[in-house]
Amino acid sequence: MSLLTSLARLRALDEGIAQPIATVRHCHVSARPMVFIPLKLSGEAAAPLAAMLGTDRDEPRLLVVPQPRNRDLRFAWAAELAGVLVPYIETFLASTETVARKNADPYERAVDAPQLVLPNRAGVAFTRLLGRSTRFRSLDGPYPVPMGVPLLGRWLTYFAERAAYPGSSLTLCATDELGRHWASGQSALEDANLAALVSWITEGPNDDAEDPLIWPPAGPATDPGFDAEVLAPAIESESAERVTEALRTQLAPTWRLMWRALDLLRGLREGAGVAQRWEQDRASFSGMAAQVTEGGPPQARRDGAIAAAARLARMERAQAAYDVQRAYDDPLIMAEYRLTGEAFAGEVVENDPDNTEGEGRSRKLRPLVVIKTDDPVRLAPGTALGTPERRGQGAQLVSARDGLVTIKITKGMGRAKTPAPGSVPEVGERVCYTSLTDDFQGSPALPDPEATPWTHGGPPQTYVPTDEDAQEEWS
Amino acid sequence: MNRLDALRGTTPQKPHDARAIAALAANPGCSRRALMDGAGIDKDAAARHLGFPAPFGQSPFAITRGNAFEALVKADGCAELLRMLRDLLGLPIAEVAYHDVENVGAHLRHTHTRTLIDRAVRQEDAGTVYDHPLFTLDIAGHTAYLEPDVVAFQLGGRFHIVEIKSFAVIDGQADPAAVAAAARQAAVYVLALRGLLAELGHDPLRVSHEVVLVCPENFANRPVATLVDVRRELAVLRRQLTRMTTLDRLLDGLPDDLTFDLLPGEDGLPTRPVAELADAVRGAAARYAPDCLSTCDLCFFCRDEARQEGASDLLGRHVRDELGGVASVGEVLGLADGTRDAAAGQEEIARLLRNAERLRRECLT
Ligand code: SF4
Repeated sequence: MSLLTSLARLRALDEGIAQPIATVRHCHVSARPMVFIPLKLSGEAAAPLAAMLGTDRDEPRLLVVPQPRNRDLRFAWAAELAGVLVPYIETFLASTETVARKNADPYERAVDAPQLVLPNRAGVAFTRLLGRSTRFRSLDGPYPVPMGVPLLGRWLTYFAERAAYPGSSLTLCATDELGRHWASGQSALEDANLAALVSWITEGPNDDAEDPLIWPPAGPATDPGFDAEVLAPAIESESAERVTEALRTQLAPTWRLMWRALDLLRGLREGAGVAQRWEQDRASFSGMAAQVTEGGPPQARRDGAIAAAARLARMERAQAAYDVQRAYDDPLIMAEYRLTGEAFAGEVVENDPDNTEGEGRSRKLRPLVVIKTDDPVRLAPGTALGTPERRGQGAQLVSARDGLVTIKITKGMGRAKTPAPGSVPEVGERVCYTSLTDDFQGSPALPDPEATPWTHGGPPQTYVPTDEDAQEEWS
Repeated sequence: MNRLDALRGTTPQKPHDARAIAALAANPGCSRRALMDGAGIDKDAAARHLGFPAPFGQSPFAITRGNAFEALVKADGCAELLRMLRDLLGLPIAEVAYHDVENVGAHLRHTHTRTLIDRAVRQEDAGTVYDHPLFTLDIAGHTAYLEPDVVAFQLGGRFHIVEIKSFAVIDGQADPAAVAAAARQAAVYVLALRGLLAELGHDPLRVSHEVVLVCPENFANRPVATLVDVRRELAVLRRQLTRMTTLDRLLDGLPDDLTFDLLPGEDGLPTRPVAELADAVRGAAARYAPDCLSTCDLCFFCRDEARQEGASDLLGRHVRDELGGVASVGEVLGLADGTRDAAAGQEEIARLLRNAERLRRECLT
């Protein structure tokens, strides 16, 4: 957390209402998101109890395992869940666009993609476990499971993995997304409570959010008091209806909160980089769908050494790109870099658009601009600069002293003898320059998986699920 | 009467179990907690009486599941457990004996545990698994009784504590928070058993710092055993226990008549006026942090107090560090607004805060 965010938290505490820490929305919000609130049986790793889900706030679907310890009922539940999620996912495959690629065949990319919205990180973790416990099952053989279950497992695994991918919006975690845009006046630990966080944003702190009788937990764990006093007797009674109604009382409040959270996010103007990141999401989604169609194997239990290193490198690059994009898209995030001296903003007080360097054929146009700033600039002469106002422009710091920064523009002025109109900031214009840039080194040179050195386990075997996987207990 | 006993007054002492002892180390900087734990106050009862009941509950499903798993591991004289220990520690198959200490009756358990452990060390010939032993540990001058799940003794002359937990290990990975909690708890047993060996005149280091953690594997009930190194947890625990035996310094700072006595009535329920108890508790300085919400029964009381004081502790230690250690919300905001002058040593953070405030205003208007 940065000093700006910490200050915003204190301000929130003092004013009794959450404070914005972003001026635009940094995630994509689908027009047809799938809100998914799973509940699990306490004390079990991945025994589902219920889920409330759907794309229409007025029509939540409630799926319940009336006897959570019964294996067949559990798989029947998974099949029902597949019956809702898989068709939802597949509707996005109908309409695609052809994308040309450098050095590769063109491919088909879905024009829109599914979006799973979960209440909190624990919900995402549980989704991963649900995926893990269903994707290796088999429709035939000695331990058959209902249609759709293994496929559901692969998709849940995929969504859980995308949740960890910086900048991806295929899976949204409501508390994380809200927390990226608002600072509450409570600790990060308490922000994990969706009811508490939404309350801070909309009306101010409210201890009711911590009272499970008023706001049941947003899952996947249920309230122990509810388990003891309501759920256990309901299960005992063997009345599926009683269990269902009991669980509805626990899920319905969170259902409303989830849509409230989406409203709050939708209320923010979308950041400029969101569409581009969503495009990457659509490409990733299309790739996953193609793998499924082509009969590829389910995701392995664990990555091999090279796959793991490659994944890590990809995630690090995605994180760095996401950080830079958000700063370029949002002055309030750029402000963090201005505070640390990696960026500065101010008014242009002088410019020399026709300044040149060199003589004869090597003579180059290098317009000079002087900016007056209150920011503490900590950049050395020669540092390469970019600016959110003119994305294609490149510049270099010439000098910075006494609140006056001189820069020269090196790129993005057109090819003529004089700069293209509008490419050099005018006197009086407010501008921002930063050393943050979006061009990162390419991927590290990793060997092909087939060439994994023996020190890292040797070449990985393709994971083929066995009968043993298919019959793995789920108790 | 000893000063700690006076703090407790007529309230019966709350026995410490391993979980409570492990939690002692959770917020070592908090005097309130050190004093209340040192005096053996039932913090849960105190919090409830103060109107701030602790938010901790355990689901009956989790309890049932935990018991069922433990029963499975220990069934038929720990047959399943012995199988795993043989693999993990290399216990020779034929030589392992099983002793259930509980069979001797509760009052004799501790003595019996001592005798058995003493014999095991002297003979050094039999690999033995002890079920339901009873250990003791000295906490600020009081004896706490501890019941580890089982203790294994290997032929090579080393004892291993076994912890049975029902959280799952999936594809070789378990919830890190759950593993950490289990390690802290197991460290308490290691310390207690080492103390016992030392008392008996044996080498305490015969108790291994590697404990055996037994958990269900993947989604089944099948147990899997893993060795967990608890050296770090042991060090933290030792430091905190030492600190608790030197509570004198904390006690010296308290008013003479201070007591946390709940004045339990005939039904055992507290009768002490709530405001009076609240004053007494406030008499011992707290050091609230959001982590308290998962570790200490008094968390809601202390959080409420921190709110009323406008303490930046409410937001977490790293926020406070980010703010250069300035403790009060009003002070930070004053420095940021420029309505308050920086005290000596605050110049740097004040400059940063003023800049941050300027930037926020500029971007939000
Ligand atoms: S809740 Fe209060 S008494 Fe407990 S550790 Fe935290 S500050 Fe100390």
